[in-house]
Amino acid sequence: MPRGEATIGRVMAQVAMVMNLDKCIGCHTCSVTCKQTWTNRTGVEYAWFNNVETKPGVGYPRRYEDQEHWKGGWMLDKRGRLVLRSGGRVRRLLSLFSNPDLPAIEDYYEPVTYDYDNLVSAPAGEDLPVARPRSVLTGRPTAVTWGANWEDGLGGAPEHAAGDPNLTGAWAEKVRFEFEQTFLFHLPRLCEHCLNPACVSACPSGAMYKRVEDGIVLVDQNRCRGWRMCVTACPYKKVYVNHATGKAEKCTFCFPRVEAGQPTVCSETCVGRLRYLGLLLYDADKVGEAAATPDEQDLLDAQRGVFLDPHDPEVRAAARESGIPEDWLEAARRSPVYDLVMRYKVALPLHPEYRTMPMVWYVPPLSPVLDAVDAAGGDQDDPDHVFAAVTRLRIPLEYLAELFTAGDADVVAGVLMKLTALRSYMRERTLGEAGDEAALKAVGLTAREAEDLHRLLAVAKYQDRYVVPAAHKEDAAALTATENRCPVETPGEPAQDGGRRVMLGIPTLRRTSTGDRA
Amino acid sequence: MNVTTADLVLWVAFPYVCLAVFAVGHVWRYRQDQFGWTTHTSQLLERRWLRWGSPLFHLGAFAVIAGHVVGLAVPASWTEAVGVSEHAYHTTAVWLGSVAGVAMLTGLGMLCARRLLTRRIRLTTDRSDKVMFPLLSATVVLGISATATHNVFGGGYDYRETVSVWFRGVFALQPRPEAMTGAPLLFQLHALTACLLFAAWPFTRLVHVWSAPIGYLARPYLVYRRRAQPAAGPGFRGEPGGRSRARARREAADGPGPGAVRPADRDSWPMPARRAGRGR
Repeated sequence: MPRGEATIGRVMAQVAMVMNLDKCIGCHTCSVTCKQTWTNRTGVEYAWFNNVETKPGVGYPRRYEDQEHWKGGWMLDKRGRLVLRSGGRVRRLLSLFSNPDLPAIEDYYEPVTYDYDNLVSAPAGEDLPVARPRSVLTGRPTAVTWGANWEDGLGGAPEHAAGDPNLTGAWAEKVRFEFEQTFLFHLPRLCEHCLNPACVSACPSGAMYKRVEDGIVLVDQNRCRGWRMCVTACPYKKVYVNHATGKAEKCTFCFPRVEAGQPTVCSETCVGRLRYLGLLLYDADKVGEAAATPDEQDLLDAQRGVFLDPHDPEVRAAARESGIPEDWLEAARRSPVYDLVMRYKVALPLHPEYRTMPMVWYVPPLSPVLDAVDAAGGDQDDPDHVFAAVTRLRIPLEYLAELFTAGDADVVAGVLMKLTALRSYMRERTLGEAGDEAALKAVGLTAREAEDLHRLLAVAKYQDRYVVPAAHKEDAAALTATENRCPVETPGEPAQDGGRRVMLGIPTLRRTSTGDRA
Repeated sequence: MNVTTADLVLWVAFPYVCLAVFAVGHVWRYRQDQFGWTTHTSQLLERRWLRWGSPLFHLGAFAVIAGHVVGLAVPASWTEAVGVSEHAYHTTAVWLGSVAGVAMLTGLGMLCARRLLTRRIRLTTDRSDKVMFPLLSATVVLGISATATHNVFGGGYDYRETVSVWFRGVFALQPRPEAMTGAPLLFQLHALTACLLFAAWPFTRLVHVWSAPIGYLARPYLVYRRRAQPAAGPGFRGEPGGRSRARARREAADGPGPGAVRPADRDSWPMPARRAGRGR
C-alpha cells in the first residue's frame, strides 16, 4: 500500500463498482431494469442512468467523450491549478441564461413511443396493422433516427464509428475501412460517483452533494433550481435534465437498496455477473492533490494512492476516528472492489484524464486482443501468441489505453498479460495439469493468488461479487422515510400501508397527448 | 384634487392586495413547493432561439429593474442635490432605458415566439406560464409605449413628480392616490399590470429570481452531506483541527477541497415526496 510517510487524513468510505468487461454480452438487461426502476417517467424518457455502449462507437450522448467540445470534467490551468473545464465560477453564473455547452435532446435522441392501440383497434383489412412511432415530445408521428444504443454490435459502424472521440488519425481510417475486422466490446456506463465530482462543484444552488457515509452523489430535488450546469460539468454526461420538472436527475446508485445492504438494480440483474460492488476506504484530504497530478498518465496511480488499505491497523484506527462503523471496516476488508483495484490491480478507471476520480472501474476486455490473434491465424489458448499480440497489436491496446489509462498502453498491456497468464494457468489446472507458474510469476501472481482471482473473476459467486454493508439505522433517521417510499405508486392508487402514500411527480400532459393513458 | 372611490380602489386597495398576495404567496410557495421552485429550463428542447433571446431578456431586465429603482425609489430632490439636473437625468434615463427596454422586449419576444412556435416547448407550457408570459409581456409593452409616447417622441412627461410619488407612498404606508390620478393612461396601465404581475409572481416560474445563486461565488466546490445527524459516539466531525490548514490552502487555490459537511435536511429522490398541483 503505497501510502508514503504522510499521516492519514479524513477517512471516508465509498461504495464502488468494478465491471469485468470480458463478460459483458451487451444484453442491456442492466439498462432496462434501471430504466424500469428509475426513469420510466415523463421528462426523463430520453435519460438512461445506466446505458451500454458498443465500442468503438460515438456513445450516448453522441461524442460525449469529446471534452474539447462539451467542456466536461476538470483540467489544469496554466499555473497548474485544478479548474473546471467549463470555466470559473463567474463565467458559469454568466452562462446561466443560456448554457453554450449543454447537449440538446438531439444529441441524446428524440424519445418515441408507438401507436400500440392501432394494433388492436385498426379495422379489418388486407394488411397487418402496425404500431408506428410517435415522438413523446410532440405527440406526432416521427422517424426513429437515433437512440441510446443505435450502434449496437457495431451497427452502422462504417458510417459512425470513426466519430468515436477515442479514435484519432490513422485508427479512424482503419476502423472506417476495415470495420469487419475491427474489434468490438460493450461498455456499460453509469454515474461514476466520483471522489472529485465536477457536477457537484458546478452546481450553483449547492443542490448536488456527495454523501459522507457511502460516497453516493445525489441531487437534492428540493434544492435544485434547474440551472443545468451539472450536465455540462459531468464529463460522462450522466446528469440529465428532466424536461418536465425542470430539475436535474442522475443515477442514485440505487441508494435505497444499498442502504439496505443490497446491490444496485443494474448489478443485481446483470446476467453476465460481471459487476462487483464493495467498499473502498479513501483519504478525503488527499483527493484534491491527487486530482491535480500534473501528468495525466500518473492520475491512475495518484487515485490508487488515495485509497487506503483496510487491513492496515493504522488505517483502521483512523477510520474509527472518522466515525466509520466496525461492520463497515469488516466489509471493506472483504471488498471485491479493493481486491480488483488495489490487490490485483486488474481494474482501471474510465477516462482518468477527466480528473474527477471516478469510482466505477473496469477490468479491460481481453477479447479484442484474442480476436486479433484469431484473425492473424494464432492460437488464442497459447499465452505466447497472446503475449506477442499484446505487445505488437497496437490498435486494440491503444484504444483501450485511450479509455482507461489516459493513453498509457503499457498499463493496459500489463493487465491484459495478467489476465492471459491467469487464463492459461487455470486452463491447465482445469485440464488436470500442474500449471505453468512461470507465466504467473512473470505477471506478479502466485498460484494461490491466481486461484483467488480466478474465483473472483470467473466463478464470481453472488456473495463474493457484492459486499455491501447495510446503512446504520442509529445515524439515519431519514431511512425510515425511505422505507415507506414505493417507486411504483402513482396518484390515484389506493394507499397500502396505513394511508402513508407518496405521490410521484408524474405530469400527465404528455401521457394524454400520446393517448396511452388509461 | 378630488380622489374618487375608484382612485382609492385602483391606487390604494389594489396595490396593497397585490403586495399582500406577493408576500404571503412567496411564503406559502417556499414552504409548500420546493420541488416546483425552479427556472423550468427548456434549453434541452430548444436552443437556437434561447441562445439570444434569454440573455437579451435577462440582461435587459436587470438594466430595466435598476432604472426603475432609480426612477421610482429615488426622489428627484435627491438627484438634484448631487448635482444631476432634471434635463441630464431624463436624457440619460431615456437613452439607457430605451436600449435596455428594447433588449428586454426583443428577448422576451424571442422567448414568447419559441414558446408559441416550437411544439415541444408549447406542450411543456403550463397554466402558470399561460398567465405569466402575457402579463409580463403586457407590462413590458405598456412600459415601453409609455416611455416612447411621452418621453422619446412626445413632449416629455416627468413621472418622477407623479408616479414615483405614488410608488413611494405605497411603501411608506402613506398612500397618495392623488399623485397617480393625473398620470397619462399608459403609465397608469403599466402600473396596474405591474401590480398584477407581482401578485402572480409567487405562483409562476418567476420565483427563480430569488434563487439567483450568488452564494456559489463563495462556496467550497465540493459539497458533502450526511444522510442524517450522527448519533452520540465517535462521530464524523466536519472540521478536524489538524488538517484544516491544508484544506484552506487548497480552497484558496480554487481547488476542490472537501467542503462544509452539512446535514441533509432531506434526502435526494428523483421522485419527490410531494408535488404541489400545478395542473399537469
